[in-house]
Amino acid sequence: MYILKLLLRNAFRHKLRTSLTILSITIAILAFGLLRTFISAWYAGAEASSASRLVTRNAVSLIFPLPLSYKDKIRQIDGVKQLAWGSWFAGIYIDEKNFFANYAIDAESYMALYPEFIFPPDQKKAFLADRRGFCAGRKLIERYHWRIGDTVVLKGTVYPGNWEFVLRGIYQGRDESTDERLFFFHWDYLNEALKKTAPRRADQVGWYVIELTDPNRAAEVAQAIDKTFKNSLAETLTETEKAFYLSFISMVGAIIVAIQMVSFVVIIIIIVVAANTMVMTARERIGEYAIFKTLGFRGWRIGGMIMGESLLIAMIGCLFGIALTPPAAKIFSKIVGTYFPTFRVEIETIYMDIGASILVGLCAAIIPTWRAVKIRIADGLRRIG
Amino acid sequence: MEIKSPIVGIEHVNKSYHKGTHTIPVLMDITLDIAEGEFLALMGPSGSGKSTLLNLIAALDNVDSGIIRVGGIDITDLTETELAVWRSVNVGFIFQFYNLIPVLTAFENVELPLLLTGLSRRERREHAEQALRVVNLASRMDHYPGQLSGGEQQRVAIARAIVTDPAILVADEPTGDLDRVAAEEILELMDRLNHESQKTIIMVTHDPRAAKKAHTIRVLDKGILNNVHSQAAS
Repeated sequence: MYILKLLLRNAFRHKLRTSLTILSITIAILAFGLLRTFISAWYAGAEASSASRLVTRNAVSLIFPLPLSYKDKIRQIDGVKQLAWGSWFAGIYIDEKNFFANYAIDAESYMALYPEFIFPPDQKKAFLADRRGFCAGRKLIERYHWRIGDTVVLKGTVYPGNWEFVLRGIYQGRDESTDERLFFFHWDYLNEALKKTAPRRADQVGWYVIELTDPNRAAEVAQAIDKTFKNSLAETLTETEKAFYLSFISMVGAIIVAIQMVSFVVIIIIIVVAANTMVMTARERIGEYAIFKTLGFRGWRIGGMIMGESLLIAMIGCLFGIALTPPAAKIFSKIVGTYFPTFRVEIETIYMDIGASILVGLCAAIIPTWRAVKIRIADGLRRIG
Repeated sequence: MEIKSPIVGIEHVNKSYHKGTHTIPVLMDITLDIAEGEFLALMGPSGSGKSTLLNLIAALDNVDSGIIRVGGIDITDLTETELAVWRSVNVGFIFQFYNLIPVLTAFENVELPLLLTGLSRRERREHAEQALRVVNLASRMDHYPGQLSGGEQQRVAIARAIVTDPAILVADEPTGDLDRVAAEEILELMDRLNHESQKTIIMVTHDPRAAKKAHTIRVLDKGILNNVHSQAAS
């Protein structure tokens, strides 16, 4: 109790300096927390993926399609429960800045494979019944204020032309991590149009999604699928849904690494700032440390006091930083929300904030502690007066 | 005056400081016995080595050569850790500039050395209050050093010095920063501690009036200890 009181009083002996240091740590922890949240948001799709689903795509690249005829062969492979397919449409709504993911899907099978997309039964029925219909996630609907029955036009980039769709269904995510910003329409609608305008592109899909009878057989089934299409014109690459998402992310791997590095640089900078404060503090109090030694306090006790004070300042900054991160993330999500299914502060981020703050507190105190422990009493006392 | 056995025995002590390649001798072949219950004043011009000698007796600094025995223990032979424990038990310190911790109250400053003992919180409180009563500052125990006068701060420092009941009090210019009235009060208090509590007091001073309170005056000049000047206690 006595030592805690001493730590608190010492920490706030120079109120302005300590307050500014705490403010710096708060901002650093806030920045660190947001950057980590940004990174985890990137991986949210992978985290939300199911272990019982595989994705089969063209082995060369995701941009190359697969024949629709593969579906029957895949269905026959042992371990495959059901399958669905889809294609990346890449349509633009009014303007390029209105980015959201839009896919052409085989609606009935896709809905069966993705129980995490929850539809009101009547809307689901309406969507399945209308070939020009589309459905979208709640957040996307809220963003553009669409209503059931509205007609939405997407300008095709991969598939040129203006494509008209009618909103028939709005889904909600079963879990917090479910992406509610997706736009789905009927693959049949796309395929029929292609048959007329670009027949060579018809009857091709972007990927197959496969539900397994047993998630533990994922590797075995993936291998069997790829083996089936070995030496064909379109060889396949089958992987778990998580690996599929991660391969997406790996395309922007350099950006993620850069963000990670920036988040650590923020912490290194704040260690230097906090260390500067603690060095100044220790230099001013070197005489007091000599007095403590005179009274019989040993070096480790004095070092403990400096470490304690440094940790106290760092943890106060950490608490403020952690408290400010969720509201800041909320504001941030409004800006970048279209690009991420979720943008929320994970508990792991909080743990990392705390860990980083402890690191800041300890590292900042190393030099002053060493100096205080090493100071000769007679030299320290000479600095008083 | 009753002759007592020496509590401090200094034999052929030498001490020098190093400045770059230069060696500056500060104390040369000092030999001195200080009896238990003695009130010794060390005098001399600035730079004569009196504070250095005091620091050596209190184990705040190391000798170059020679032996210092305190209470029969050769303190020049102890490790830093052993010296820290030894100081906390055997020596009370009084400094010219009081050296109180500014963020602690008078009571907390006095309680500070007791943290190194095994005393309970209640026992620490009793001891600290008792020490503050001895220096007549019980009523100001919740004041911070900045709220006390120089004389009062020095009395708090004395309370801190005696709270662990050490055998020896070392005082480096205890009245050097005080006005005449406050200085007189501090000297009276030290005299009382010497007489009533039989504390051995070793005091460095420039002030002849302060030295008059001592039983014995030793004068250092250029690192050499001169003859004994005994005087009747006032």
